[in-house]
Amino acid sequence: MSAPLLEVRDLHKHFEVGSPGLFGGQQETLRAVDGVSFELARGETLGLVGESGCGKSTCARTLVGLYPPTSGQVMYEGEEISSLSHRDRAPFRRKIQMIFQDPYASLDPRQTVSSILTEPLRIHRLARPRQRRLRAMQLLDAVGLNPRHIHRFPHEFSGGQRQRIGIARALALEPDLIICDEPVSALDVSIQAQVVNLLGELQERFDLAYLFIAHDLAVVRHICDRVAVMYLGKVVELAERDALFDDPRHPYTRALLSAVPHPDPRIERGRERIVLEGDVPSPLDPPTGCRFHPRCVERGEVPDNRCVTVAPELGSRSACHLPGQA
Amino acid sequence: MPILDVQNLRVRFETHHGVVRAVDGVSFSLEEGETLGLVGESGSGKSVTNLALMGLIPSPPGVVEADAMRFEDRDLLGLSDAELRSVRGNEISMIFQDPMTSLNPLLTVGRQLTEVLEVHERVSRREARRRAAAGLGDVGIPEPERRLDQYPHELSGGMRQRVMIAMGLLCRPRVLLADEPTTALDVTIQAQILELMQKLQHEYGTAIILVTHDLGVVAGMSDRVNVMYAGRLAETAGAIELFDDPRHPYTRGLLGSVPRLSGDTDADLDSIMGSPPDLADLPAGCAFRPRCTFETERCAAETPPLFDLGGGRSSACLERDALGQHQGGAQ
Ligand SMILES: Nc1ncnc2c1ncn2[C@@H]1O[C@H](COP(=O)(O)OP(=O)(O)O)[C@@H](O)[C@H]1O
Ligand SMILES: Nc1ncnc2c1ncn2[C@@H]1O[C@H](COP(=O)(O)OP(=O)(O)O)[C@@H](O)[C@H]1O
Ligand SMILES: [Mg+2]
Ligand SMILES: [Mg+2]
Repeated sequence: MSAPLLEVRDLHKHFEVGSPGLFGGQQETLRAVDGVSFELARGETLGLVGESGCGKSTCARTLVGLYPPTSGQVMYEGEEISSLSHRDRAPFRRKIQMIFQDPYASLDPRQTVSSILTEPLRIHRLARPRQRRLRAMQLLDAVGLNPRHIHRFPHEFSGGQRQRIGIARALALEPDLIICDEPVSALDVSIQAQVVNLLGELQERFDLAYLFIAHDLAVVRHICDRVAVMYLGKVVELAERDALFDDPRHPYTRALLSAVPHPDPRIERGRERIVLEGDVPSPLDPPTGCRFHPRCVERGEVPDNRCVTVAPELGSRSACHLPGQA
Repeated sequence: MPILDVQNLRVRFETHHGVVRAVDGVSFSLEEGETLGLVGESGSGKSVTNLALMGLIPSPPGVVEADAMRFEDRDLLGLSDAELRSVRGNEISMIFQDPMTSLNPLLTVGRQLTEVLEVHERVSRREARRRAAAGLGDVGIPEPERRLDQYPHELSGGMRQRVMIAMGLLCRPRVLLADEPTTALDVTIQAQILELMQKLQHEYGTAIILVTHDLGVVAGMSDRVNVMYAGRLAETAGAIELFDDPRHPYTRGLLGSVPRLSGDTDADLDSIMGSPPDLADLPAGCAFRPRCTFETERCAAETPPLFDLGGGRSSACLERDALGQHQGGAQ
């Protein structure tokens, strides 16, 4: 059996941060990503969900090499890439691209669309200079923008169109994998639907794999094959899409799903919801045992205070001490 | 008598690019204890409608006109600045998407809350502080006494949002204008806050205008819904009727765009093609026409008024009847 496209093994990313109010520059360790493992096959979409601050973006940035991992491995087609030098990593950088939530912040306002799209080709010395512009026009066409608008600047486009430019730029280097960090969260539903449909269409056409980070679980259900749920730096559940949505095993997954409002007044009114108390605790000082235990409404069913004292391992489905849920 | 009654509200901005008619002839009313959802894409005039009700449209460049804008028996347009200040934040209050637009970063949470009470109700400092702490407790903030002495930046986003909601509710307003109050929050925190708003509405009979782009939130919270497009009402209906049987192609498009947690999750979403128009340069006839799949020749010739369909429903579509017979397209 051939190696998966991407394999992440026990990835950790910690930040040393100065704690406020202390003299002598005392440092504390912030465990943003704290032991994450998963695989991703060619052409597959893995969703990554969880409340803000759970470490999704840090995980994404570590995978594309924007942050060096604190420990753990990232394997691309079986080859370990996270320890490579900047130069040795270059061919892999091409293959793993990223798109961001705020297309405006990630596009240089002084560059035309033409230079935004040809720059990656130039840096990676792909295509001859004269062909690069043609390629840029093809990319615009592929993402549903008018190729004749190639000389325009980002501010001349609407939010949804700017996200299309971000996608075109990610496609320029013919990647195998695009890491999408909340790519539709800032868009109106009508425009979001256009971009979601476009991502699906491009996936088929170019055999792309996506790591799709989102907080809208309905969008995730729509486009993912499998889903990983993160809580405070750890994956608490990982499953096939329908299994996760129809039969969630971790109490955190159940609470997240229960919080999603349904666009149907008949269902939504009077529906019993699991309302989680409070916010995600600080990753500077995560709770002992299961990190979710202070907010878990089901932990009373586990004997011996195990949830407070023992960190559950991720089983075939979830990381939970409740009988039958792992 | 409705608590709020708005007839033919128009708000325009005179900018370098021309006149932007952000709100162009909107009429609606709000009953005591009712929640009216207000939906539509960005730029459709939702916030401007609320800001006009609050008397907060900057002038210049803004000009606000209406045939009527009544709160109880008072004409909001005819109030002096002083009278308006006593209504605002007291009888009608507004909460915003970004709490930092209404929280002062230089003042403690306690100071901002007690100020509201001191201005509007002339209570003593000590009494104001007691009520401020109680207000924070009501919105589910733990250790309210301690929070009073903190600054906004010391709180998480969810906490700040709750502080702002506490501030908006402190004087038990008759009308709450909630402008995307949970858009920036996680669904878990959103669920906490929506539950809280409903509880407070129940206790105090507050009427709410809830602006949101999340149709799930609208479905759960609203009695009636106004759908806005390019500064005008496209459709208005009871929430159940609107979701069951939308009578404007725009509403239908919005409903079709929403991905669902259940049902057929593999089909493409029915997105609305194109994007909202430039308000300074609207197409002739119906503003939705360039994106509409039900367009006929008449749609370019006349701007449709809001037709009364009976049963508290209305639609600004010339093809509204044809649409009613076409069931199921948006689901
Ligand atoms: N560069 C950084 N330095 C220090 N802390 C960071 C940095 N980036 C993220 N964090 C912290 O790491 C945690 C996870 O953040 P993030 O990965 O952005 O979460 P998510 O994307 O799930 O919202 C948060 O507590 C955040 O404050
Ligand atoms: N102060 C202002 N000056 C000029 N135009 C404005 C101003 N405030 C709002 N607008 C315009 O009014 C229109 C409606 O805006 P708004 O009510 O904020 O939309 P939304 O439905 O997203 O809340 C937009 O086109 C916006 O650019
Ligand atoms: Mg993030
Ligand atoms: Mg707005």
